[in-house]
Amino acid sequence: MRISLNGAERDLPDGATVAAAARLVGVAPDERGVAVAVEGAVVPKARWAETPIPDGARVEVVRATAGG
Amino acid sequence: MDAPLTIAGEELGSRLLLGSGGFDRLDRFEAALAASGAEIVTVALRRVEDAPGGLYDVIRRAGARVLPNTAGCFTARDAVATAHLAREAFETDWVKLEVIGDRRTLLPDAVELLRAAEELVGEGFVVLAYTTDDPVLGRRLEDVGCAAVMPLGSPIGSGLGIRNPDAIELMRDAISVPLVLDAGIGTASDAALAMELGCDAVLAATAISRAREPERMATALRLAVEAGHAARRAGRTERVHHARASTSDAGLPDLTPSAG
Repeated sequence: MRISLNGAERDLPDGATVAAAARLVGVAPDERGVAVAVEGAVVPKARWAETPIPDGARVEVVRATAGG
Repeated sequence: MDAPLTIAGEELGSRLLLGSGGFDRLDRFEAALAASGAEIVTVALRRVEDAPGGLYDVIRRAGARVLPNTAGCFTARDAVATAHLAREAFETDWVKLEVIGDRRTLLPDAVELLRAAEELVGEGFVVLAYTTDDPVLGRRLEDVGCAAVMPLGSPIGSGLGIRNPDAIELMRDAISVPLVLDAGIGTASDAALAMELGCDAVLAATAISRAREPERMATALRLAVEAGHAARRAGRTERVHHARASTSDAGLPDLTPSAG
């Protein structure tokens, strides 16, 4: 399946989880100060490993950066 | 004894809030944070590829509270979604709500701001709302439950100081929750003025991060906020448009040589 991961098109195996997508951009589930949204909705860290990403979904993995 | 600044029931030891934006190096930010004495630091959320990491740890190590912002959001929907991400990332329900209406001025969009504020308060967020220096909008933000109202002195990053001190004073009169002067602070006198006008606190980012010596400027702003706050409490002398002798004429010696 194909998803949009932080704005880039990525091919993942069908049924790939949020944890797998996070790993693709170098984020482990135990990292503090990060969060993931699938289709604009937050997926809590505790559920990354069990939450499959729907085909075609937009996934955003974010972290704290300097601002405001 | 002076009561401490209290936001949403949380007592804070410092009336200077630090924005983490604009620092070229993390160690400079860390030094400035220590010098500022700030207990609240704003951060933004960005895609991990554009957010090198380390910032969150530095803030936590300093014992400061992370205040995520919604910078870059132009709609209530985006701001609310960003607040949700921030709550997950930082385990805080505090948010500095920014809903911008225009890229050139980065001025808030009043309609979207109020809508987002109401929604986030309804979800249990502690909302500190970045707003224009409009006392009516400020009161509306308080009415929907914002924990603090944060009027701009001038546009974000402009360093122009407080362009309309009268508006800030009117906001002070209109609003009971903490008033935090946000945006436009350029140097120490701007921060002191904000406090003299009745603000409860000042948020500074660019003023510190883009100073030639950020750490030194952080110290200057800390002192200015304290000085301005003390001056406000002391109650300034009235302004008059003529002189009032501070030295009495009573007992003035006559130094004219006597005739003859």
